[in-house]
Amino acid sequence: MTLAINILLWLVVGVLAVIAAMRGRVLLNDGARGGAMEFLLLLPRIGIGVVGSGFVAEALPNEWIAPWLGPQSGFFGVMIATIGGALTPGGPVVGFSIGAAALKSGAGAPQVIAYTTAWALYAIHRLLIWEVPMMPARVVWLRAMVSVPLPFLAAALAILLGRP
Amino acid sequence: MPRLLLLLLRARIVCFAVLTDSTPPRRRRRAFDWSTAIIAAMALTAAATVYVRDGREHFFAILFGDVTLFAEMLPKVLAGCLIGAFVTLLLPRELVARWVGHESGFPGLLIAAFFGFLLPGGPITIYPVAGAFLVMGADAGAVVAFIVSWTLIGYTRALVWELPFFGSDFVLWRIVQALPLPIIAGLLARIAVRAGFKYRENDQ
Repeated sequence: MTLAINILLWLVVGVLAVIAAMRGRVLLNDGARGGAMEFLLLLPRIGIGVVGSGFVAEALPNEWIAPWLGPQSGFFGVMIATIGGALTPGGPVVGFSIGAAALKSGAGAPQVIAYTTAWALYAIHRLLIWEVPMMPARVVWLRAMVSVPLPFLAAALAILLGRP
Repeated sequence: MPRLLLLLLRARIVCFAVLTDSTPPRRRRRAFDWSTAIIAAMALTAAATVYVRDGREHFFAILFGDVTLFAEMLPKVLAGCLIGAFVTLLLPRELVARWVGHESGFPGLLIAAFFGFLLPGGPITIYPVAGAFLVMGADAGAVVAFIVSWTLIGYTRALVWELPFFGSDFVLWRIVQALPLPIIAGLLARIAVRAGFKYRENDQ
């Protein structure tokens, strides 16, 4: 699976690079340099997040996570996860590393999905810092409002589909 | 008359293209920021707890496992970054704006959701594009579908940020079950607008 994804991804990179090269060497160089720079800047964050979430998962008391967010916690667990997600501050790494740590220490998959979905869609700090300055405020509130049921739907669909 | 409208629209699209071209490139990400600092502090506290509670051997076992995981996903992250950079350079933005700008009805939501999936970049590129769609006459439903789709099923975001933490099986599964959500959000937004929610400031 991992190998297949790697091959697929690099095929896409190859095709895009060829298209860029056909349009000019400058475009190819710009793309390659932009992508590589982005990668270098991401490295420390992802490194800290991945290594860190392993330790956080190990340090979290499992007996504390399981009853609140475990597979048996049901709708109540999904609701706690959703509220937790909306209140989690921080950039792209924070919610995913907390979610992954919770999953490793016994949280249920639907609860974790509700958490990351709520955090991705309407973490309060993100609405205020990113969305409101760049979009008409009423559209932002409309989007946040219609997003409220989505973590619950995501968790319900996750339960319906079952884990792979 | 329709010709005139089309011309007017073209002019707006060109304006939009010029506007996006002249806006400064996305803000440079620093390698370290406060949210990373919080995560680092959490990680250090957790690592110290494990070291003190479970001993040296256990500590290094976990460290080795996580570092291996990190090394394994690096090629994917690099590929994701390169794809994002190339697509941003190669995809004509005016085309994107034209398609979502015009469309309405159910196909409009589908197209908006599809572009949300396709368009790479962070919030600094997504929200301005969404704002431009609004200005060009896209309805709130399409814009909501676009943003929710980028947030939940956007591939660069999933590749770069989510995959390292959850692994490919979990992420694929989550994305498959999230597929209907952007459309549902778009439909809900349209229902809210029809029920009287005003989203344009000059609406009467």
